[in-house]
Amino acid sequence: MDTSEDILQQAPPGLIPGSGTARAAKPTRLSPSFISWLQAGPMMLVFLAFFLIPLVFVVIVSFWDYNEYQLLPAFSGRGYTDTFEGCIAQLPDLCTIARTYLMTLKLCFLVWVITLFIGFWVAYFLAFHVKSKTWQMGLSLLCTIPFWTSNVIRMIAWIPLLGRNGLVNSGLVKTGLINQPLEWLLFSEFSVVLALVHLFTFFMVVPIFNSMVRIDKSLIEAAYDAGATGFQTLVNVIIPLAKPGIVIGSIFVITIVMGDFITIGVMGGQQIAAAGKIIETRVNALQFPAAAANAVILLVITFLIITMMSRIVDIKKEL
Amino acid sequence: MKEGRPRSFYVLAIFFAAYTLFLYGPMIAIYVLSFQGPQGGLTFPMNGVSTFWIAKLFQGTGIVDLGAAFRRSLLLGIIVMIVTVVLSVAAGMAFRRKFKAQSILFYSAIASLIVPSIITSLGISLEFRIIDDLIKAHWNENFETSMGLLTSGLGAHLTWTLPFGLLIMFAIFNRFDPRLEEAARDLGATPWQAFRHVVLPIILPSVIGIGLFGFTLSWDELARSSQAIGAVNTLPLDLQGLTTTVTNPDIYALGTVISAVSFTVITLALGTIHVLNKRQAAKGSDAGKGLV
Repeated sequence: MDTSEDILQQAPPGLIPGSGTARAAKPTRLSPSFISWLQAGPMMLVFLAFFLIPLVFVVIVSFWDYNEYQLLPAFSGRGYTDTFEGCIAQLPDLCTIARTYLMTLKLCFLVWVITLFIGFWVAYFLAFHVKSKTWQMGLSLLCTIPFWTSNVIRMIAWIPLLGRNGLVNSGLVKTGLINQPLEWLLFSEFSVVLALVHLFTFFMVVPIFNSMVRIDKSLIEAAYDAGATGFQTLVNVIIPLAKPGIVIGSIFVITIVMGDFITIGVMGGQQIAAAGKIIETRVNALQFPAAAANAVILLVITFLIITMMSRIVDIKKEL
Repeated sequence: MKEGRPRSFYVLAIFFAAYTLFLYGPMIAIYVLSFQGPQGGLTFPMNGVSTFWIAKLFQGTGIVDLGAAFRRSLLLGIIVMIVTVVLSVAAGMAFRRKFKAQSILFYSAIASLIVPSIITSLGISLEFRIIDDLIKAHWNENFETSMGLLTSGLGAHLTWTLPFGLLIMFAIFNRFDPRLEEAARDLGATPWQAFRHVVLPIILPSVIGIGLFGFTLSWDELARSSQAIGAVNTLPLDLQGLTTTVTNPDIYALGTVISAVSFTVITLALGTIHVLNKRQAAKGSDAGKGLV
């Protein structure tokens, strides 16, 4: 790129406008924009090499051909046609991919509703009811620490509680509420949703809390003084002002659940099909173009959801 | 004014306590269960108390080659931590001025955070497979693979830790008073001196926070490693592999050992941050504390 700034960088430092200040006398002084490049460049390179180029490869490979054991770099729509196989022929019944996405969206919706409810009230408590800064810090930290520990461990931690002979079942049997242990507690949709909520409510709490602590407390007092009830203040003052946090948290939770295959795999006993799991299955079968095609579909759907949500709020302004 | 706390406080306090129990309860359950007696099973009640299962892990007679996976994860975690801290601080400094490609970097970071991990992981694995094929076709037929812990694995982890590092840097510099740095420059400090002696000491507690994120996110990372790590496994991958097959409490013992490392790092980091903050409060500026 031969922009005017690049040309200026090649010029002797004395010629660069804006660097003619007192200390510019030193000949080795680098121009500010060059320093910015040095500072931000390495991170940009990492994203380029390990995120942006890989995404391009996903799109390219999704249009390649394949056989049982290798990639064939020739244009083919097979990755996609294999994925949508039977979608028209089987109508009005849903094909596998449609059913899988329906299941993923259902899990997504359930987890979103529950994490939003829990996250909102936990953040509300921390932001408005905990008055002392030390307590606020301590309790926020209490919510954050599990995030720094292993997700798999937090998943398998449910096994001794929800299993056939787990605490919940044996407790219920002992109290006589049920005769047989409940089978749907573990390795089921229930346990998947429970584990996802357990793991990812954190992503809802943090942004909502961030929005809430920024709310000017005098606005709430003003609402009370003007005669609003607690409920009216909540709906008309707090929720609108906390909306950016709610949207950011929702984007996090929804995109995580859309692409999840580990929690759904472990907690669903590898029996529940989901968007992320299809990709994993295809990779394990070495069908990379089909895996890539599924990744592209997942990416497009995730992107649509995010665009819809970011219409509600400008993410960049809120950080 | 009403006296005391409103009723909603108590309702929400109970709600918060229940949430905390929900967060920690199951974890504590497996920490306890990893001390099962030798005859103990996967669930309560405990069948005696022993360190049998934990000892078994370290003897290497257990389920996985714990030592090798442990060392690999630790090495990767430390490298990821160092790279994350250095690159995040540098990029965070850059964002204090306007520069071209600023929004490209910002949106790359955000996208890297929210694009599903499996897609990033698949992309990296495709990228390295294609590189391998190119090397085999053009340079060296016997070439094995360029995929590995410290190539594709490191890259995959960085796409997860760097966005967090960058966002933390934004939070730091939102609160940072640029006049402190200007004062240093007015007193004749070079840009490097101003950074080294003024900016860095002030932001150091948060920088340690970035290191904490860098290490713990890498130490526990799973989804991005899954396709991109190459032939060897990290500790979380081994643990995940066990969830479908294991019938002994060794899986809990492994979980407890992994968590023990996490908690050690968390404690060390939070302790250091606390000490640094105290020192800053004690020896820091006396501005605004009245006239002499």
